Formats: sequence, C-alpha cells, structure tokens
Amino acid sequence: MPVQIEIISPEKVLVSCHVDMAVLPGMDGDIAAMPEHAPVMLLLRGGVVALYKGDTVTDTYFVGGGFADITPNRCTILADRAVPVKDISIDRATAELEALSQLWEKADKSDVARLNVLQNEILSVQAEIDAGSSF
Amino acid sequence: MASLKELRARIGSVKSTRKITSAMKMVAAAKLRRAQASAEAARPYAKAMQRMLSELAVATAGEVAAPPLLAGTGQDHIHLLVPLTSDRGLCGGFNANIHKLTSRTISRLQSEGKVVRLLPVGRRAFDFFTRSHADLIVDKLVGFSGKEIPFSIASDLGEKINTLFEAREIDVCTLVFNRFHNAMMQVPLCQQLVPVVVEEGKGEIHADNVASYEFEPDETTLLSMLLPRNLQVQIYAALLETAAGENGARMTAMDNATRNAGRSIDRLTQLYNRTRQANITNELIEIISGAQAV
Repeated sequence: MPVQIEIISPEKVLVSCHVDMAVLPGMDGDIAAMPEHAPVMLLLRGGVVALYKGDTVTDTYFVGGGFADITPNRCTILADRAVPVKDISIDRATAELEALSQLWEKADKSDVARLNVLQNEILSVQAEIDAGSSF
Repeated sequence: MASLKELRARIGSVKSTRKITSAMKMVAAAKLRRAQASAEAARPYAKAMQRMLSELAVATAGEVAAPPLLAGTGQDHIHLLVPLTSDRGLCGGFNANIHKLTSRTISRLQSEGKVVRLLPVGRRAFDFFTRSHADLIVDKLVGFSGKEIPFSIASDLGEKINTLFEAREIDVCTLVFNRFHNAMMQVPLCQQLVPVVVEEGKGEIHADNVASYEFEPDETTLLSMLLPRNLQVQIYAALLETAAGENGARMTAMDNATRNAGRSIDRLTQLYNRTRQANITNELIEIISGAQAV
C-alpha cells in the first residue's frame, strides 16, 4: 500500500501523488515516510526530499525548511520554499549565499537568536547549491 | 429643453465613459483570472497549516505553558483590527463593505468598554479610517495591490503584529477581509488570528489518540516555529483573497457601469431625435403659417 505524499508551498501544491517511500530532511536527521509509519510531526531543514518507487528514486525536490506531518497513510510537507531539483538556479543560490554571508559578517554577534536564524538560512542555501550541482 | 448641441455633447461624453468602463472591465477580468488562480492555489497550504496547528494545540493542551500567540495574553482588553482593502476604488461595494463591518465591530467593542486599535491595509481603508478614527490607527500598509503579491508583505505584516503582541500592546488580533466566492460575490468576514481559534475535531487525531503522536524536535520548539509562520500564512491567504475579490468586484461593477452607460446613450439618442424632429416640425409650421398669412 503506497503512501500519499503532498508537497505544498505557500504559492501552490507542487506534488500530490502516491509513492512507496519518501525521504525527508528532518532537523535532527533524515527520516523516511513509509506506509504504516508511526505518526510524527517534524521540523525540516533545507534539503532534498526524494520520492521512491520500489528502490529507485523517481523524483527529487529541494525544500528550504518547513514542517512535515506523517501519518500511517499520508505525508504532508509544508515547505517554506520548494523547487524541483532539476530547476534549481545555482547562480541565484550563489548570489543569495553571498548576500547572507555579508549579513553574517555584519550581524551583532551577541544576538544569538538572529545568528541562529542566519545560520539556518546559510545552511539551507548551501544545501540548495549542493543539491543543484550534484544533479 | 436641452438644445441639440448640448445633447450631442452629452452623448459624446457618455460614450467615452462607456469606453473607459468597458476597458476597465476587460483589464479586471484578465487580472481576476490570475488572482483567483493564486488565491485558490494558496488555500491548501493555509488549510494544512491550520490542521497541523490544531493537532499540535490539542497535543500540547495542559502540558506546557502555551505561548502567547496561541493562548493570548490571558486578557481580552485591547483589540487590534486589520481591515484589508484595495488601494483603488471603482469596485462597487467591495471596500465599503469592509469599512461598514469594521466600523460596526469598532462600535460594538467600544460599547463593551474595550480599547480598539487599527492597522489598515490598503489605501482605501487608510483614507477612510483617517477620517473617522484617526486616533486609533497604530500603523498602516498601503500601495501594493494591483501587482503580484509577494509573500514578504505577509511576513512583514505578521512580524509587525507579532512585535505588538510581544510588547503586550494588544490582546486580540482580528482580520477583516472579503472572502472570494465568485466574481459576483465577496463575503466580508472577521477572522480572529490571535489567540488562535482551535477547531476541535477538525484534524484526523483527537485528544484521546494524540498520545501516539511523536514530535521532532519537541512540541514546544515546533509550536514556537509554527505559530509565527501560521500568522503569516493566514495573512497571505487573506491578502490573496482580497486581491481576487477586488478584481472580481471591479469586473462586476464595471460591467454594470458599461450597461448603464449604454442605456443612458439610448435614452439620450431618443431624446436627441425627438428634439430634432420637433425643431423641424416647428420650422415647417412657421413656414406654412407664414405662407397662409400672405
């Protein structure tokens, strides 16, 4: 019995289909959504969601952080930003990384909350570049 | 009775008005299609968000001290109303409906002894409330409608509300906006954003089987991430509904205006022809009676 997966970004529904397994980039490590998985709600870091049919990857999407809700027969991903890996623009991502690095330099190093947010954003963009160049 | 020259000028002016209104209708129709598509595309996200939040709220109920964005400040004294309108008029009762509903809510809250603050979004709301309730306005956001709405506007607005909330300057926050049904109908409604209204039994899990749910990293962290995000997403959805509604309302209003202009032209043309005939008849009578008198 396949699991129903949905990847939703604020602008639109990117994916809504049945897959055998989906691997999600959880904040504390990757997690695979499979049929009959115990219900979990998790925070996502920036990374790649891979959809599996049998043992082969059929599709990959980059998500820039968000939330996922896994139930035994359903997996809903609420992504802050989501793009198919093949559509990633490395130029844009590199420019963004540059801008973020400058922000990091200028940021007040005692403002821990702000540094945390920046760090997560930098890691997310870095993951996007990695995903885009490995494609 | 108006002279022929005056009538001709009036017919000409109504005709050019009709040209303008029909062009505006076309433009609104084209924009409506795009705005409606994006409003409908944004609904699943807002809905899924609401569902996750309800599930989380049920799961954390009574366990941890709920964050203020979820449970409120525990008071119900200062209300922030956020009316969403368009920047430009000429769209029928679209903005007036929001103004009416907001004004009604303001007087109801004030009669209950509450303090009301306003954060109008859209130039029409800002202009309207500067006239009637200038002292209540804390902030404003204008000059973005008509274009594609970037998510950053919603996140900025969410940020503003969050700051006000954390500074304990407001206790309750409510959006007033038009929900888009179709081009003919937009329903003005109030949606309370903070504290979050949890609709029990809406999610797939209920209080009794929520124990089996696992959270990663943990409920509190998840909740603290989800809540501000939810605020932004609900605002974004409302902004998109407003954009779609504005274009729908404008299309309908301009369609009516075009039809009325057509009717007015028909009436004026008939009057013009009658006057012309009457003039000819008068002249003939004058000539004939002149000839008879000789």
